[in-house]
This record gives sequence, structure tokens and C-alpha cells, in this order.
Amino acid sequence: MDDSNKYDKTKASLSGRFGGATVLSARNLSKSFYEPEEFQVLKNVSFDVQKGEFVSIVGKSGCGKSTLLYLISTLDTEYKGEIFMNEKKVTGLSQNELAHFRNEHIGFVFQFHFLLPEFSALKNVMLPAEKLGKYSKSECEDRAYEKLKWLNMDKFALKLSSKLSGGQQQRVAIARALINDPTIMMGDEPTGNLDSTNTDIVFDILKDLCKSKGQTIISVTHDTEFAQKSDRIIEMKDGEIVKHEG
Amino acid sequence: MMNVNFEIAKTHLLAKPRQTLIAMLGVTFGIGMYILMISFMQGFNEFLEDTLLSSTPDVRIYNDIKTDFSHSILDEISDTGKVMNVIHHPKPKDITPNLKSSSRIIEDLKKDERVLAVSPQLATQVFYVSGPVQINGTLSGVNILEEARLTGLQPKMKTGKIENLLTIDNGILMGHGLANKLNVHVGDMISLATPKGTAMRFRIVGTFQFGIGSLDNIKSYVNLSKVQQLVGKDNQYVTDIGIKLKNYDNATDVAKEFSARYSYKADDWKTTNASAMVSILIRNVMTFVVSFTLLVVAGFGIYNIMSMTIQNKLKDIAILKAEGFSSGDIRQIFLTESVTIGVFGALSGLMLGFVLSSGVYSLPFPKNDFISITHFPVVFHLKHYAFGMGFGIITTFIAGLMPSIKAGKIDPVAILRG
Repeated sequence: MDDSNKYDKTKASLSGRFGGATVLSARNLSKSFYEPEEFQVLKNVSFDVQKGEFVSIVGKSGCGKSTLLYLISTLDTEYKGEIFMNEKKVTGLSQNELAHFRNEHIGFVFQFHFLLPEFSALKNVMLPAEKLGKYSKSECEDRAYEKLKWLNMDKFALKLSSKLSGGQQQRVAIARALINDPTIMMGDEPTGNLDSTNTDIVFDILKDLCKSKGQTIISVTHDTEFAQKSDRIIEMKDGEIVKHEG
Repeated sequence: MMNVNFEIAKTHLLAKPRQTLIAMLGVTFGIGMYILMISFMQGFNEFLEDTLLSSTPDVRIYNDIKTDFSHSILDEISDTGKVMNVIHHPKPKDITPNLKSSSRIIEDLKKDERVLAVSPQLATQVFYVSGPVQINGTLSGVNILEEARLTGLQPKMKTGKIENLLTIDNGILMGHGLANKLNVHVGDMISLATPKGTAMRFRIVGTFQFGIGSLDNIKSYVNLSKVQQLVGKDNQYVTDIGIKLKNYDNATDVAKEFSARYSYKADDWKTTNASAMVSILIRNVMTFVVSFTLLVVAGFGIYNIMSMTIQNKLKDIAILKAEGFSSGDIRQIFLTESVTIGVFGALSGLMLGFVLSSGVYSLPFPKNDFISITHFPVVFHLKHYAFGMGFGIITTFIAGLMPSIKAGKIDPVAILRG
């Protein structure tokens, strides 16, 4: 069975369930590291994600799942293969075009929150919107408040982000990822640094986002419990997709 | 709406006020010291230049006496093929150091449109005799009104008036230092003797002080005809012609031209005051070297602080890039921070410089016989402040440029993966 067949089969099995548009297509992605020695971390990886899906990418550490996430999030541009998002080819775009593309279409949630410590929670959420320049400053502020309120964080809006707890910071980070209504929300171990209570809260938020708002979410995780609750699991091993459950 | 990049830069600067302040103080001191040094040095230079210009004509034409007598007139009349003329220790006889046909030269100069004033003069060595004391000095015979137009003698008068020279038949204007040495005052009589033995008595009608010891302690002015009388020459006999130009910056070229036209030596004021001009140049160079060093040191300080800041903000930069800020945005953020430090540092530096130079300006100058000023000479030129501001901003821009470019190039993946 060659790669193209594998891809078609996947597409066929999924398009029925979600019926929506394909928001992400990865085609034959390969990537090698050359330091300290040559090592092929991704081998001809292809998959699609439909609008409104909650996809988990799992696998042991070193299997290439994080690398894959950084490729499809356009942060890493050194790879072979092609990536389409919203039917637009992002492979080969210039760094500036990619930056603008990320700003508009991708929201990130990382393991270590990564809020800007000098800014208030509200400002952290507002910055990507202000960068996008689609809304006026007061509109940005309203939208940021709205997102924070939805995540029950509005009462901490004016607090300095460094003064918030881990769980609170992660919720602010989710609000920030959502501010520009991204096509895809990408998580890199979004619950990896949280206790079980907060993990549940964050997972419920993501699940709710997906269900009630139709937000597409792709998340890398090694928390099997987390993965089991998502719509689809892409399991990776040694740079290849070994299992595709959905 | 404030650009979001500027907003981030502002937040960064205000989040660490102490660090920002220290970086700014580096620029402040650099610019402040530059302003102080340039104001003071330039003030001193201008004072000196003013003094030199007021005491020397822009161009001076005189007869430069040759002392090379190796060529004898005997060679002209004898056949040098057969005879060899040897003269031991040749000496000149009755050489007159005057300018021949001076009146023609003066007429000609007055027609030249670059020339503002012409003053012929007859200078001679004299002894000032006061009882048993004899002081060596110089005496200039001038038409005092023309000389005053030339040298700015009028404001340098310490006592008496220059017009007194015209109304009193044998009046003399004497250098203030010289008058003090001779212990004479306005109204007193003084005897002058020439090296040739002739003598004359003059009445002191005024004293002047240029602020240059070598003039104030030896020089006097009398009417031109009196000196001609004293040295026993006719009324065409002058040794120097002083010229004031409309634009004294042209003096060097004009002097060359006059020298060629009249075949007498013509010196411009820069040549006459060559050693002073060199010291002015050295002070200028020194000022710039020291100020430049101060600013470069401040620049290195900013470079250090910006590099450190960026090293501490690697994660923030990575997250901003993930959020959609481009390399250009990141560069702009950090460059804005460093130039903001530069602008505010330079502005407060200008204020510091102004306060310091005002302080120096109000200091009394140590009392001195040679230099007649009461306080330190300081100038307040807008161009120095504009230059300081510009230099401060450019230094911080360059200092911030390299760390900012580095920040823009940071690969977010490497940092986000840990």
C-alpha cells in the first residue's frame, strides 16, 4: 500500500462524519535533523483534518509528534512535502507572510503557558488581535474580555500575568489563542504542566470549544486519557503514523 | 492608535525602570559632557579668535627685508670669467624697510571691493624713557580712525578716547600693561627714543587693553606724521599696510593675490597667529575625541543592556513570533526600546550639559594680566545641542541595531521545544 492510497482512505473515512471542509492537509512531510548527526525525524507523513475536529497526536517522546506540530503550525519551514490550510498552500510562503498567516489562522497553547510576564492577562489576550489590526483597540479589548469571561477569567483580566496560578495562566493562554477566531487551535501538551484538577478543567474547555463553537483543535499529548477523549488519535512511532483512530 | 510594537516596547521599558534609567544615564552623561566640553572649548576658541582678530588686521602687507647678500653688485660689472670677487661678511647699508609707492598701493586697495578698510602704518622700535628706566617697545604711527576700523581698538580702550589723538598734537595711546610698568596715567608726559638716537615727548591721552600681553605691554599708537617726524622720513614713508576684508575667511587667498600684485609680502591673520590657530585646532580635535569616547562608552552600555534584555526575553520573543509577529516586528520592538533610551537620555543630557555650562559660565576667571576676561568663556550654540541630540540617537540606534537584528533572527521552534 503506497502513501497516496493511505491518504485517500483516511479522507474517505472521515469526510462522512464531519462533512465539513478540510482545513488542513499535510502531504508527504519529511524532515531530517543534521545535528548532532543526521536523523530522519519525519518520514512521508500525510493526513487531513476537517473543520470542527479535535485531533490528538500521540506517541513516545522522540517519535516526531512535536516536530510535526511545528511543521503544520508554519513555525518550522525546513521540511520536504506540502502543507495546505484552508485550501491555501502555506509551503513556500515567506517568513513575513507566514507570520501574518499564523496571526490570523492559528492559535497556540503551549505546555509552559508562555504569557508575557510584564503584561496584564487582558493585554496578553489582546496583543495578537492588535497585531492583526482588523479591529479597533476598544473592539480588541471587548473581544478579549468576552473570551476571558467565557473562560471565567474576566475577574483576573487586569492582573499581571506573572501573578496568576498555572491553571489560570493556561486559561488566559487559551483565550489568547482564540482571540482572532483561528482556523485551527494548536496545543503542544496543553495539560502537560497542570495538576489533574486543572487538566480536567482545560480539557473540558477544549472539548466545549470543539463541540459548541466548532473550533478545530490539534493537540500533541502523551496523556493517553486526554487523547482518548478527543475525536481522533493519530499515533506516531519513529516518524511515521502507525495508527489512525477516529 | 499606538502601534502595538511601540506599546510592547514601552511596557518592556517601564517594567524594568531601574535598568532603563541606568542605560539612559550612560547617554545622559555622555551627551552632557559633550555639551559642556564643546560649549566651553568653543567659547574659549571664539574668545581667542576674537582677540586675535581685533588685534591683527585680516591681511598685512609689509616689506620683508632680505638678509641674503651673497650676490654682490661687483659681479655685475666685472668679468666673472677672469675675476673672482670675494667679499667677507657683507652687510647692507641704508636699507629702508618701507613700502615704496605706498600711496599708489593704498589707492589701489581702496578700489578693491573685497576690502573694507585700509590703514597704512609706520612701525618702529622705541625706548620708553621714564626717568632712569628704559623699556623696549614698539611704536605704531597710524591714522587712528582708519586703524580703529581695522582692529576694533575702540572697545578695547581702558582709559581715554581714541579721538583724543586727533585733538592733542603730540598725544599717544599706550598699552595698559606698558603704562602700568612706566607708572604713567592719562595726562602724563613720556619720552620716546629711537635706536638711531632721536627722541620726542608725548602726552598720554588713553590706554588700551587687547587682552594679549605681547601687545598691551609693549605697544603704543601715535599719529602717522609724528613717527615719520621721529624717524626723519617723508610723509609717504610707511612700513605696513593693514587691510580689513568684508569676509575675513577669504584672507588666505586675498593675501596671496596681493602679495603677487604688489610684490611685497602679505600675511593673512591665520599666518600671523599660526601658533594660536594650531592650539584652537588641537582644542577642537580634543573636544571631539573625548566626547566621541564618552558616547561610544555609553553606546557599549546600551549594547550590553539590550543584549542582556533580549537574552532574558527569548521565550517572549518566541511566543510573539508564534502569535504572528514577524522578524521585522521583533526588530522594531527592540530598536524602539534602544532609541527611546537614546532620545530621553540625550534630552536629559542636553539639559545636564546646559546646566553644567551655565555653571561654568558663572564662574569668575582667575585674575590674569594677559587675558582680560572676568568669567569663563562659554557659548550656547543651538547647533551643538542639535549635534549632541543627533549623535546620541545615532549611537543608541547603532548600539541597539545588532542585538535587535539578533532578536529578529531567533528561531521560535528551538526555544518553544525547550
